[in-house]
Amino acid sequence: MTGVPAIFGWLWLEPAIPFASALALLAVGRALGKRATAWLGTGAIAASSAVALRVAWSYAGTGGRGFTLPLWQWFAVAGFAPRVALYLDPLAVVMTLVVSFVSLLIHVYSTEFMAGSEGYARFFGYMNLFVASMLTLTLASNLLLLLLGWEGVGLCSYLLIGFWYPDEANGYAGRKAFIVTRVGDTALLLGLFLLFNRLGTLNLQLLMQRAAAHWAPGAAAAETAAFLLLGGAVGKSAQLPLQTWLPDAMAGPTPTSALIHAATMVTAGVYLIARTHALFALAPAAMSAVAGIGLATLLLAGCSALAQHDIKRILAYSTISQIGYMFLALGVGAWAAAIFHLMTHAFFKALLFLAAGVVIQAMHEEHDIFKMGGLRRTLPLAYWCFLFAGASLAGLPLVTAGFYSKDLILWSDYASPLGSTGLWIGALVGAFLTALYIFRLIFVVFYGPEREPPGHRPGPREQWPMVILAFLSMLAGFIDLPRALGGGDWLSRFLQPVLPTLAAGRVTELGELATDAIAGLVFFAGLYLIWLFRLQRPALTAALMAGAWPQRVQRFWLAGWGMDWLYEQALVRPVVAAARTGRNDPADAIFAGAGALTRGLNRGLSFWESGRVRRYAGWIAVGAIVLAALAVLG
Amino acid sequence: MILVWLLAILGAAAAAAAIAGRWSDAAPRWIALAAVLADFGLTLRIWLRAGGALRAGGWLRKVDWSWIPSLGIRFHLALDGLSLLLLLLTFSLGAVAVLASWRDVRTGVGFFHFNLLWILAGVAGVFLAMDLFLFYFAWELMLVPMFFLIAIWGHERRRYAAVKFFLFTQLSGLLMLVAILALALTHRAATGALTFDYGALIATPLGQRAALWILLGFLAAFTVKLPMFPFHTWLPDAHTEAPTAGSIVLAGLMLKTGAYGLLRFALPLFPRAARAAAPWLLALAAVGILYGGLLAFAQSDLKRLVAYTSVSHMGFVLLGVFLATAAPAGSAAAHWALTGVVLEMLCHGFSTGALFAIAGFLQERLHTREMARMSGLWAVMPRLSGAGLFFALAAVGLPGLGNFVAEFLILLAAYRVSPGLAAAGAIGILVSTFYGVELVQRAFHGPNRHGWRVPDMAAREAWALAPMMAALLWLGLYPQPVVRAAGASLRQIEQALAPPHTAAARLRAPAGKGTAP
Repeated sequence: MTGVPAIFGWLWLEPAIPFASALALLAVGRALGKRATAWLGTGAIAASSAVALRVAWSYAGTGGRGFTLPLWQWFAVAGFAPRVALYLDPLAVVMTLVVSFVSLLIHVYSTEFMAGSEGYARFFGYMNLFVASMLTLTLASNLLLLLLGWEGVGLCSYLLIGFWYPDEANGYAGRKAFIVTRVGDTALLLGLFLLFNRLGTLNLQLLMQRAAAHWAPGAAAAETAAFLLLGGAVGKSAQLPLQTWLPDAMAGPTPTSALIHAATMVTAGVYLIARTHALFALAPAAMSAVAGIGLATLLLAGCSALAQHDIKRILAYSTISQIGYMFLALGVGAWAAAIFHLMTHAFFKALLFLAAGVVIQAMHEEHDIFKMGGLRRTLPLAYWCFLFAGASLAGLPLVTAGFYSKDLILWSDYASPLGSTGLWIGALVGAFLTALYIFRLIFVVFYGPEREPPGHRPGPREQWPMVILAFLSMLAGFIDLPRALGGGDWLSRFLQPVLPTLAAGRVTELGELATDAIAGLVFFAGLYLIWLFRLQRPALTAALMAGAWPQRVQRFWLAGWGMDWLYEQALVRPVVAAARTGRNDPADAIFAGAGALTRGLNRGLSFWESGRVRRYAGWIAVGAIVLAALAVLG
Repeated sequence: MILVWLLAILGAAAAAAAIAGRWSDAAPRWIALAAVLADFGLTLRIWLRAGGALRAGGWLRKVDWSWIPSLGIRFHLALDGLSLLLLLLTFSLGAVAVLASWRDVRTGVGFFHFNLLWILAGVAGVFLAMDLFLFYFAWELMLVPMFFLIAIWGHERRRYAAVKFFLFTQLSGLLMLVAILALALTHRAATGALTFDYGALIATPLGQRAALWILLGFLAAFTVKLPMFPFHTWLPDAHTEAPTAGSIVLAGLMLKTGAYGLLRFALPLFPRAARAAAPWLLALAAVGILYGGLLAFAQSDLKRLVAYTSVSHMGFVLLGVFLATAAPAGSAAAHWALTGVVLEMLCHGFSTGALFAIAGFLQERLHTREMARMSGLWAVMPRLSGAGLFFALAAVGLPGLGNFVAEFLILLAAYRVSPGLAAAGAIGILVSTFYGVELVQRAFHGPNRHGWRVPDMAAREAWALAPMMAALLWLGLYPQPVVRAAGASLRQIEQALAPPHTAAARLRAPAGKGTAP
């Protein structure tokens, strides 16, 4: 290929540098001091980010073509010959930039945040292994290599959730996350088998071409394949019905929650569907399922977020809910909108977690928001970060990134040929819930009377990443400003070669400006209501919560709509009980039975061989009589 | 000739170790290690010098001497890509077994290594024998020294476990002997010549009924050894009670002789009968995958847990073997399945061998295998715990490590034969996650509840484990050399599964020609 920038040949460094540093940290990290560990861990991510930026810089001039960088032949068996190869296109450029830069900021933050913790080198080792896996996932040119990254991030998630292993609860949360996501991966694996058996390749580009060529829209094979991939996606991205692991995953260190369980890994399912959108476009039923799952998840999780006390669990449910928005966008074919929201969400949600980490440290590891209060004055940076990021999350009109990305989704729900007024209204209800739960958190934690004076204050290595993310939470929206507002929708146009914009939308009565205005109104309505209930007239809250039904609903939402309980009863207990019952191996009973039979025969026969001559003589006599009797009677 | 040397070195070293053991405990260990490493080097050298011969197929090396001419029994050894890979596994795990018992075995050191080397010679003989009588001879050769290993150096219930192991393998072995004799006599009835030679017997004309009966005799021996559900019940006892080296050799090598027997003998000798039996064996394989995984999850004894994971993983092997017969002859799916089988044999050998070695290292330190007595070991021995995590991840089929490639290939083939089988296997991989994380949690994570203070991994232990880590990474990220080395051998097996006449002729040709070009 002519005109391929030479830097693309170095693309492999993006995952390789973090991987090499992870190996070094895990193998000899204990011998390094904390300083050297921090430099090695963060430096590797900085180097990887630099490569990503340089690649993106050169890529911008190539006009959106796809470039493949083959590395080696993984294996080749009778026509099944996956390569270890990277693929660069606009989607990969956006994903790698988001992943590496958010990682870099969180790594810098972690050098200070984790300073007092055991296993400093192990932490950075796992984190860098995560970044390497995540970049492999986003750059993979085929589904098998994608699966390698996919399982790699799952492994790191498991290890980091259970990072503080002496506490059994952390280990439990880690195992739960690993197993629940692997339930989804079982479907994904079957999807790979189906796709390869039908289309003869796992290469993503070829796969999409062949799917479009071989399958008519609505073909059973396309639907099945799309549903199987969706199974993997809902597991990884914590969507219904596999969302139960994410709230528990908050047991991990807060930077881990920020990076893995908010900004990057949990959006892998969104990336997978966007990457295979050509297949999903052939599967209308699967598309409806994606939209339906997204809408249901965003509403359920939004309600649950409203009922939590634990600051990190509020944010976890918020993440589930926001990824629900991304699924909703995917489900109506607004691929670029999903990626746009993925990006802005990575910034403001990472920031929310980092700020929550500062609050938690200051509150001596207290997670309950009702034991906090009035922190506005004593933790001003955390306060302003929460305000910016929360406003972005809830979609403060015009000045926040979250407003633009969420409104693109809302507009698409309304205007897309696959959209409907029902989806749009559901998404608006979700936006209302978002404003309620995030400002509930902000008002409870930062306003009101001060309950406990904060201890630890953040140092510069915690503060600077937060400041940068705060700017991004505000400004990142402008790269995809809607035309209706005089913008240039640069991101959508950059992604256009991979993620086509919607075909002509359905005829709508409302224009984009009108839906934007309605979304703005919804935001202010939510903000006003929670302000009224929390700050202006707290007696209203007390009065509301005095009833039996509100309390019941609150408990139900707090427990995540009872789904953990349901899975515990319907799946976990029966499987564990079956395993426990069988632990002594029922199959062995057959052979133990054979052994017992042999011993029984032995005992029976040895009765006749007693060694007593008189008894032998007696039995001979009995036998002779019987024989004689038979002879006579016969 | 080199093949004879491989066996002779082991035999001579066994004798030397037994004698040296009278004066020194160290000498037998060093003698055994040197012999095994020498064999490893010799085998590796064959591979490196094979060049294009591997791809061409046929035998890389062979020895064919007259042994008992009156009965038509020959001392016939031959090595192709498949045997080569399994020999490398044998000698590398042999070295690990010696290193792992360095401190584990303190009594009767000379006799211990005498037995260990005899077992290795028997295993190597199984992987090389091309005369069915010789094969049976090698098959039985493994048995008695392994019985001693378990019964003398084993743990609390060693007598029970040793007798159970002996009965299962001996009885099933006798059935195979009957089957071998029946096959040879049928061959004589048809051709007038009494022979036990593989290349000759493969052309024996057999009715479907006779073939099925004779196949059952072979299957008895191979599926017990493999082991297949429900004949696996000797395995948890034997693996748990055996000394560390015994567990490594049992799981890493002896189970592979069952798989090798299926590949080399059961399928090519009785292709049509094997196809008829395939649905039953596929079903039992799927049951074994899930049953073994679920039972592994419920165990509290670390070695017993690992033992049940073997039942599950060898279920994948059995699945792959019979998928090759269930898939259309000569199809890509058959080749995926068999390549997956070979990779699974190697990777299971390393990952399970390493887990048994780690269980042994823990037992030396803690004097227990009960996971309830462990917990929180990461805090005191991070290096050994990290190694435990690594091999547990290999066992759960994490991509990037060899087991994943193997299981993916087998299930890819399964999907083509029956999506339901693939789903069962994929659920089996999910179940492997249950026991994998359970093992890591109960042994290494959690609080150090019992206040253990024990030394971390020693250099000798690291030397035993590190090469296996490297091997699993290599097989996970670039298994192509192994795929290529096994390819031609597997193609020949697949051809033997094709419609009868052409297959036998094609398979005989390279075998008759002697050393391939």
